[in-house]
Amino acid sequence: MQTNNTQQDHGSAIPALSVESVSFGYGERQALSDVRFTAPAGRFTALLGPNGAGKTTLFALITRLHRAPSGRIAILGHDLATDPGAALARLGIVFQQPTLDLDLSVAQNLRYFAALHGIGRSEANRRLEEELSRLDMLERAGEKVRKLNGGHRRRVEIARALLHRPALLLLDEPTVGLDLPTRRRLIDHVHSLCRDEGIAALWATHLIDEIDPAADRVVVLHRGRIRDEGDVAEVMKRSGAPSLANAFDRLTAEAPREGAAA
Amino acid sequence: MNAWITCLYGILTRELLRFLHQRERFLGALVRPLVWLFIFAAGFRAALGISIIPPYETYITYETYIVPGLVAMIQLFNGMQSSLSMVYDREMGSMRILLSSPLPRWYLLVCKLLAGVAVSVLQAYAFLLIALAYGIELPAMGWVTVLPALIVNGLMLGALGMLLSSTIRQLENFAGVMNFVVFPLFFLSSALYPLYKMQESSELLYTLCRLNPFTHGVELIRHALYGQFSAEAALVVLGSLLLFMVLAIRGYSPTRGMTNRGPAAAAE
Repeated sequence: MQTNNTQQDHGSAIPALSVESVSFGYGERQALSDVRFTAPAGRFTALLGPNGAGKTTLFALITRLHRAPSGRIAILGHDLATDPGAALARLGIVFQQPTLDLDLSVAQNLRYFAALHGIGRSEANRRLEEELSRLDMLERAGEKVRKLNGGHRRRVEIARALLHRPALLLLDEPTVGLDLPTRRRLIDHVHSLCRDEGIAALWATHLIDEIDPAADRVVVLHRGRIRDEGDVAEVMKRSGAPSLANAFDRLTAEAPREGAAA
Repeated sequence: MNAWITCLYGILTRELLRFLHQRERFLGALVRPLVWLFIFAAGFRAALGISIIPPYETYITYETYIVPGLVAMIQLFNGMQSSLSMVYDREMGSMRILLSSPLPRWYLLVCKLLAGVAVSVLQAYAFLLIALAYGIELPAMGWVTVLPALIVNGLMLGALGMLLSSTIRQLENFAGVMNFVVFPLFFLSSALYPLYKMQESSELLYTLCRLNPFTHGVELIRHALYGQFSAEAALVVLGSLLLFMVLAIRGYSPTRGMTNRGPAAAAE
């Protein structure tokens, strides 16, 4: 099993994430229709969509909690359906809902996650010290997660998602419930991961102000369909809008469609 | 260390840490069988005479008879507790961290199962020590020979719990499991009364008891505690374990289990 995917994989021209013609429904309700986009290595890609666009469902497919009945998802070229181990080994995830064990300490939570990725205790200790230090959380390593506030818990989740050196980091609305300075710190940290370490980030959000118009890519998802994809300037140009907020409004201002899902 | 062993070690460590942090869970698991042993058995001792039946070679007290059944009861409730904890983990989100590991999903579920069994074996031995202090005598060798029986029975009941957890969508629905699974399994078994007694009162109930895999789990433990091996019980327990495990793994497959449940399922 890999333990250092980032260094191995970032030199490649293969997109960190490739989603091709993926559709998914909950019974009769179609949640995603023919979704296709890529997330390149070393870039911050915002998956922008209003509530109910299908962002969480798409993340559930990329993390293999669900299996897409049609289409293909590949992480650094590794097909999630035929080579799930290699694909998931390159994926770091911060779910929208908190997923830390409240009764365990920060370090115990991180060691547990490292073990799930086959990283032994001594190496896990080394890496957790490194990741927690970068997020100014090392001094809280021995504390139970229950005692941490929301912002600190999010930082721990980001540290956890980076323990196995993923090439692709998925973050599903990670700033929900956080105050403005904490939000800004998290966004800056993920941008620096993309810039300095070549990690690809896919950041699901419905908040325009979390996107850097000068540097980020956007994928606009609305009612289960991709409405546009590209650098912010390209998307604005194609929609003829003076700002990303305006472009987003135009791209998502259609009559409601039946059967939309979260 | 091999990634698979590291993963098993990590899951085992987490379950044991959670168990240690939840002292009330440990006490609760012990109080239930002890109430049966100290109070229920004392009341029934006079009413229920036990003939000499295998594996016993002489007349025994009722308290001695029900000890294997109460050990199996600990494992039954532990299996259901694990199931409840998996439903809770799914609702709280931590199950997604487990299932997004790169190791095969079946292996992750087996690790989870083994971790639950480790906890139930600790509980079973703690109960046996208290029973010993209470005056229940067991052959010295029985303390060793019962271990494989505890592991296999714990795996079977844990797999049953896992199968149930894959079908239960909300924590609130879990109460039904107690009424429709735990109580029938426990009372339609040889845990509290020998099957010949059941046969004397109802042939139908006797047949149901014989079909109940929990009965065979109890008998496997009963024989093992006295250094004996029941091939029939072992076969039924192993067969049930295999069946429950296959169905549980199928229930947690990405193509099943969480599909057709609406957008909320994606957030689970």
